[in-house]
Amino acid sequence: MQGQSNRSPQCGSYPGTGHPGAGVAKGEAVTVSTAPAIETSGLVKVFGKTRAVDGIDLRVPEAAVYGILGPNGAGKTTFVRMLATLLRPDAGHGTVFGRDIVGDAALVRRQVSLTGQYASIDEDLTGTENLVLLGRLLGHGKSTAKRRSGELLEAFGLTDAADRQVKNYSGGMRRRIDIAASIISTPRLLFLDEPTTGLDPRSRNQVWDIVRIIVEQGTTVLLTTQYLDEADHLAGRIAVIDHGTVIAEGTPGELKSSVGAGSVHVRLRRGEERAQAERVLAAELGTQVHFDADPVALTARISGGESGRGAAEHASRALARLAQDGITVDDFSLGQPSLDEVFLALTDRKETRP
Amino acid sequence: MTSTSSAERAEADGYTPVADNLGAVLASGEPPTHPSAWSASVTFAWRAMLKIKHVPEQLFDVTAFPVIMTLMFTYLFGGALAGSPEEYLQYLLPGVLVMSVAMITMYTGVGLNADIQKGVFDRFRTLPIWRPSALVGAVIGDVCRYSLASVVIIVLGLVLGYRPGGGVLGVLVGIGLLLVFSFAFSWIWTLLGLVLRSERSVMGVSAMVLFPLSFLSNVFVDPRTMPEWLQGFVDVNPIAHLVAAVRGALSGQWDGSATLWMFVSAGIILAIFGPLTMRRYNRK
Repeated sequence: MQGQSNRSPQCGSYPGTGHPGAGVAKGEAVTVSTAPAIETSGLVKVFGKTRAVDGIDLRVPEAAVYGILGPNGAGKTTFVRMLATLLRPDAGHGTVFGRDIVGDAALVRRQVSLTGQYASIDEDLTGTENLVLLGRLLGHGKSTAKRRSGELLEAFGLTDAADRQVKNYSGGMRRRIDIAASIISTPRLLFLDEPTTGLDPRSRNQVWDIVRIIVEQGTTVLLTTQYLDEADHLAGRIAVIDHGTVIAEGTPGELKSSVGAGSVHVRLRRGEERAQAERVLAAELGTQVHFDADPVALTARISGGESGRGAAEHASRALARLAQDGITVDDFSLGQPSLDEVFLALTDRKETRP
Repeated sequence: MTSTSSAERAEADGYTPVADNLGAVLASGEPPTHPSAWSASVTFAWRAMLKIKHVPEQLFDVTAFPVIMTLMFTYLFGGALAGSPEEYLQYLLPGVLVMSVAMITMYTGVGLNADIQKGVFDRFRTLPIWRPSALVGAVIGDVCRYSLASVVIIVLGLVLGYRPGGGVLGVLVGIGLLLVFSFAFSWIWTLLGLVLRSERSVMGVSAMVLFPLSFLSNVFVDPRTMPEWLQGFVDVNPIAHLVAAVRGALSGQWDGSATLWMFVSAGIILAIFGPLTMRRYNRK
């Protein structure tokens, strides 16, 4: 079944040719809503006393990147491992392309591929050996497995490292061979569990580009990440997870607008005035104010709509009040809420709720 | 040894994913039909061989260890038990062969424990293959290691003056029986390798089981010299049946009942520990 592509694998090796399809807009294919790639209801996994996943209902449409966003220990990996048939759920159920993840585990495995948080590759073996091994396990003959391995190494820029043990690869190369191993047979659904954790910015961008190309070819990607900008860049829809439950779900835009019109970020000259500045901003804007990690900075969300006034007007009034009270502002900015702020807002809201 | 600096150099090559290139690879990724259980197991055995190729130090336990065992026990007990090491060797060699290989089987559990902690097993378990094949293949790979250990001991024995009455055929049958039993026996350690947390605890528990099984047997002395209650243990000790069967084959004096019991105990061990291991593996 190799004649399906009208492009031979070699023809892409001209360097630097521009491809109009390369920069596909994220979320483009989100509207496809026939059979969901993933559907779960009330999925639960308990480890001892920890409810790692505590009732997740999720519907992931086909042929797009779906982001699972949450801090360390939120239950992202456990959730993915259940969907990949590595863990049995303790309650609830889930399907992948309509197949039950417990009852039809064998059928689910035919459609999915997993790239784990730690390299799912045998570090003692060379790049070629790893890909040939997995190719053989997927059912390819010796020569086909070998040829496929060569094509993948070439496409992932690893030809020079083909005969080196993976333990001698750099972080970025390891990620690439890991993803290459996941697409020896093109999966319908690819799980990428924190694919860029620990990578330098350039390697991270390479992984992002790879993910975009894979989705463009029709594969659904479930991406877990603790980086908000990663979810923002890649995912058409995002579920925010904390303590094993989904606390928000939607497109990046929806999540941002659910939090407010924007936020004002203020840098003070003197850190000791921060508490006073907080009171002023809270009174003027009528919203919660956050202390940033930076000891002289704070951020306040601006709730739009209610008073009919724009965010900029709100912000300028607030700044005027600060000046009146003699608080010196060194720098300020007004912006769309970042997903960081969305996340803080969502987790806060949850904690203050009884 | 590839240095990290070459990895860094490769990193600096500035790889850029090309949509056409990657797209073509993806478009031709039609999944083939799934491999048979046997073919998947053999592929995993091949993985074990590749690991030996890259980490040859792991052959130390199947080469140096048997040599030390054979030399040590021949010269330690030979004079006292049989008058001379050469005479004792005729009795001891089949026993020390079994004991060494039985001891080596515990590395199956140790190796599996180390291996399974790594992410690559997650990938194996998401592949649409016969699930036990990863473990069966690992054990087949280990059986190759046991054969190497057997050859080392037989050759050393011949050099020291051991003369098998069963000839070449007897030796081959003897090693064959030993490998069949070891294949079954290894599943005890695969289970331990999955249940216990660390390599060290696998090692500790294995040694605790293996020492009584191999010493309280007919490996070193004729059980008739032992007190009756101990003879009772030796009679049901599967290692003792194995030693009697292998000793019979090597000496050319076939021991039918011991051979039968050896197959029965191997069958029982496999029937118990194989499924238990798989249950554990599936739940992990």
